[in-house]
Amino acid sequence: METGFGLLSLTIFLPLIGILMLLVWPDDDRRMLRNIALGTTLATFAVSLLVFSRFDGGTYHFQMVELVKWAPALGINYKIGVDGVSIWLLLLTTLLSVLAVWFSTYVEKRVKAYMAFMLLLETTMLGVFVSLDLVLFYAFFEASLIPMFFLINIWGGERRRYAAIKFFLYTFAGSIFMLIGIVVLSQIYKSQFGVPSFDIVQIQSAIANGTFWTGFVHFQAWIFWAFAIAFMVKCPMFPFHTWLPDAHVEAPTAGSVILAGVLLKMGTYGFLRFCLPFFPDVIQQQVPIIITLAVIGIIYGAVVAAVQPDVKKLVAYSSVAHMGFVMIGIFSLSHTGIMGGAMQQLNHGISTGALFLMIGLLYERRHTRMFADFGGLKAQMPIYAAIFLIVMLSSVGLPTTNGFIGEFLAMLGLFQAAAAGAFGLNLGLSIIAGFGVVLAAVYLLIMFMKVFYGPNTNPENQRLKDLKPWEIALCGVFVIFIFWGGLFPNTFLKPMEKSLNATRMMALNAPGQRPSWGDAALDIDERGNLVRNDAGGAVIVSPPNFHFENLSPFKSAEALQTRK
Amino acid sequence: MYNVTPPSIDWAMIAPVTLVFVTGLVGLLIEMFRPKQNNNTIVAASLTGLAIAFASLVGQLNSPDGETLAGMILRDRFGILLQMALVGVCFVSILFSESYLREKRIPFGEFYPLVVWSTAGGMIMVASNSLLMIFIGLEVLSIALYVLAGLSRQEQKSEESALKYFLLGAFASAFFLYGIAFWYGATGSVSLDSIAAAWSLNDVMTRNLLLFGAGLMLVGLCFKAALAPFHQWTPDVYQGAPTNVTGFMAAGSKIAAIGVLFRVLTASTDLSQVWLPALFWIAILTMTVGNFAAAVQKDVKRILGYSSISNAGYILAALVALIKMPEKIGTSTIIFYLFSYAFMTLGVFAVISLTAKDGKEGTRLSDLDGLWKRSPLAAGALVVFVASLIGIPFTGGFFAKYFVFSDLLTAELLPLAIVLAVNSIVSVYYYLAIGYHAVVAEEGTVRNETSPMSIGVQVACVACVIGVLALGLFYQPMMNLITGTVVR
Repeated sequence: METGFGLLSLTIFLPLIGILMLLVWPDDDRRMLRNIALGTTLATFAVSLLVFSRFDGGTYHFQMVELVKWAPALGINYKIGVDGVSIWLLLLTTLLSVLAVWFSTYVEKRVKAYMAFMLLLETTMLGVFVSLDLVLFYAFFEASLIPMFFLINIWGGERRRYAAIKFFLYTFAGSIFMLIGIVVLSQIYKSQFGVPSFDIVQIQSAIANGTFWTGFVHFQAWIFWAFAIAFMVKCPMFPFHTWLPDAHVEAPTAGSVILAGVLLKMGTYGFLRFCLPFFPDVIQQQVPIIITLAVIGIIYGAVVAAVQPDVKKLVAYSSVAHMGFVMIGIFSLSHTGIMGGAMQQLNHGISTGALFLMIGLLYERRHTRMFADFGGLKAQMPIYAAIFLIVMLSSVGLPTTNGFIGEFLAMLGLFQAAAAGAFGLNLGLSIIAGFGVVLAAVYLLIMFMKVFYGPNTNPENQRLKDLKPWEIALCGVFVIFIFWGGLFPNTFLKPMEKSLNATRMMALNAPGQRPSWGDAALDIDERGNLVRNDAGGAVIVSPPNFHFENLSPFKSAEALQTRK
Repeated sequence: MYNVTPPSIDWAMIAPVTLVFVTGLVGLLIEMFRPKQNNNTIVAASLTGLAIAFASLVGQLNSPDGETLAGMILRDRFGILLQMALVGVCFVSILFSESYLREKRIPFGEFYPLVVWSTAGGMIMVASNSLLMIFIGLEVLSIALYVLAGLSRQEQKSEESALKYFLLGAFASAFFLYGIAFWYGATGSVSLDSIAAAWSLNDVMTRNLLLFGAGLMLVGLCFKAALAPFHQWTPDVYQGAPTNVTGFMAAGSKIAAIGVLFRVLTASTDLSQVWLPALFWIAILTMTVGNFAAAVQKDVKRILGYSSISNAGYILAALVALIKMPEKIGTSTIIFYLFSYAFMTLGVFAVISLTAKDGKEGTRLSDLDGLWKRSPLAAGALVVFVASLIGIPFTGGFFAKYFVFSDLLTAELLPLAIVLAVNSIVSVYYYLAIGYHAVVAEEGTVRNETSPMSIGVQVACVACVIGVLALGLFYQPMMNLITGTVVR
């Protein structure tokens, strides 16, 4: 651990330097304003690649931790670091920011303010993924609302005012209860250890050895839900998803890309980072509720998507369904599922981000997104159609694309857990979730058919021009990642594996057998066992497995406690 | 014959208040000899005087607590900090007043002495243990404000505002005075120090007198601090009074009233425990009424009026926690909240004062449309203030609200915390409406006019932005200042 600011801080705050440059530059020099913003995001991306090159996937502990005292009397500090869960989200954020700003060449209105808000948004998003202090996390989590609110509200579509305020109100309402949960957590810490702390490493270490919740177990479920509601709204999960279609449809294209690509991930990231490690005694009882809501979301999102007349709205509802897959993966609490969920959140960022971008390219040309206005574009715009097909199939989850890996692993994980009868899950749920994949194919393929096939009768469509070279390059980046994720998924899975294993064991293991972020001697070996490095790699506990027996040890929390 | 020895005077203790009073007098003298319609000398003199008073307060910050003038004036950290806040509020109000008064065509030089004296009244209120002194301070503060509210004489709204404020304010003062009489009857003293001792005598009659007196005082103070159900005057008065006066009223008189409320309620926390259920419900009612009524307003000043009501509710919630568990909860939350509230509220009013043009007030929400084009600095500053009022992190407003939450949960007042949370959500709606009109909306067909930003307004805006952000980012140095202990 280093005290003071370092490379990670540079990543977070580089966009702020870009904002300062934007503010002093004259308003009317739009070209230069765009270049400044693009340059800043590129530099941030470069620095984040440097962070990745120093990242070591061989441990689940936080790396490149930086600590600066902020409010020591309250136990609030500026503490940041990355682990396997956050490293890819960090890169996803910096990458999508570059692409979103690149696309924003199309923005003509109030360019300076637009770019400033985009860069401010990037800072807050990066901050969310690296914060190791609850208040710092909350601060970035909330601060991201302001730039997004204005992005939707100023540069959005027709009903932008309604969509922006709905977005703000929903997320704010969800997270204010998380704030109460955070305060209660720190006060429990204070009553156990005498000093308040918001440091998630300290809190989790105390949870790992079982001292934290002693005497406060009855608070656990309440605080779990205080956190979970905030993340469920953000994800979004049924029934808190209603802000999403509005926000997505009304947001400017780059805003949609960021919204789908990164902002939704804050929710799933929150589940992985806080809900799983912090509430080991109650998490298993909550699994069926969350899984059920996620499965409802998958089916509901797909069914509603299938009847949309607007391409963008269709993709927005498909987001609800896809995020459901992430959630079933994570909350199956199986090794496969949690890997799949974590993978799927990256895939969703890439493929849905790409879909929104493609739709944006078409919208800039035709200023409409209705199916009824299109048809036969395949012959008119062959390159566009080809790229769109790849992106769309990735969203469907076709093998060799990244979407397949994530969805398949997530569903396999749920199937394993359900077949073992763990957490009271029903096999029926996983079967229903499987139908979601079919439905995704249905609505996405129909969309593709309506837009690209058939006769091209509309004279306006006959004048459409295919993608320009820079647009092909822009979309090409997405295509690269789609195939990379589909053909070499280990590139993405391996760095995450240790951290995800640890997260899972934090949720499932008994006190004293949980991995602890605070104990550097503990680590996870290649077979997933929790080992103690200072005792010559002695195995403390093997990873929890689901047994396909009549009576699974995971049937109840009590059974789990007695299992040694 | 009686041998009367005059009380000893510690001049240092009374220096800040005296300086502020003298500043007002100097301002008035200059007003008589000033060139026609030019207030620059008065402004300069007032600002200088306030700056000196502020410096003398800073100098005493670490001095030991004490009393002077036979216990009439008190010096403690709480009092000094609130006095600093009051002087600061007056300073910033004066900064953005001159250009506003000219645009409104009410360039009366009397404004400055009056606002300065009002400040001095507030300073007496928060730094005295004697109920009589508190009452005198209250009257000095209020009477100056009654005049200021009616400053814009050609506007009927302003006159209505002044009359309404005067009639109801006089009523409230009477309640407060009546309460003092009861406490005097119970203890034979006007000093707050004697209350706790009288209460612990356990005499039924004394206790009844004290309780009744406390109730009457609460009514008077709830009126001054704009707590429901004694809040009805607020939106009308805020809307009618000139914007700079409203700004001072919202920030300054709130600080003074909350300061006194704190002193009265903590005079004997055992006594206040009896009133706790009432305070609990007043807090809930105030937050809820303030926020829900604000959500349907169309006028920025009315919105801010209701917003000041709901903010008073949040502070009262913190006070309730303090009274419930005085041994666990300190005064720092209230002071911090008042500081951040003063910065953000004054900031908003400084920006709103720009919409006045050619003698007319332009404070409907739609008058703010397109502000970003006319004055990017003002619009940008307004975003910061609105974010802080909502409680978005990295602003002072977030930490202020966070402390209230923290105190409420420490004092096991979860219901209040939840009401506060729900109210915060409601408040998002109308605060964002202000942000929407200033930053997002395009100008309508009727071109809005905004007066150019004078140096004074610019300085006021920037100072408030810095204040709001500093409270949010450099929280620990600020807290060290408030508590007087150094934590690194």
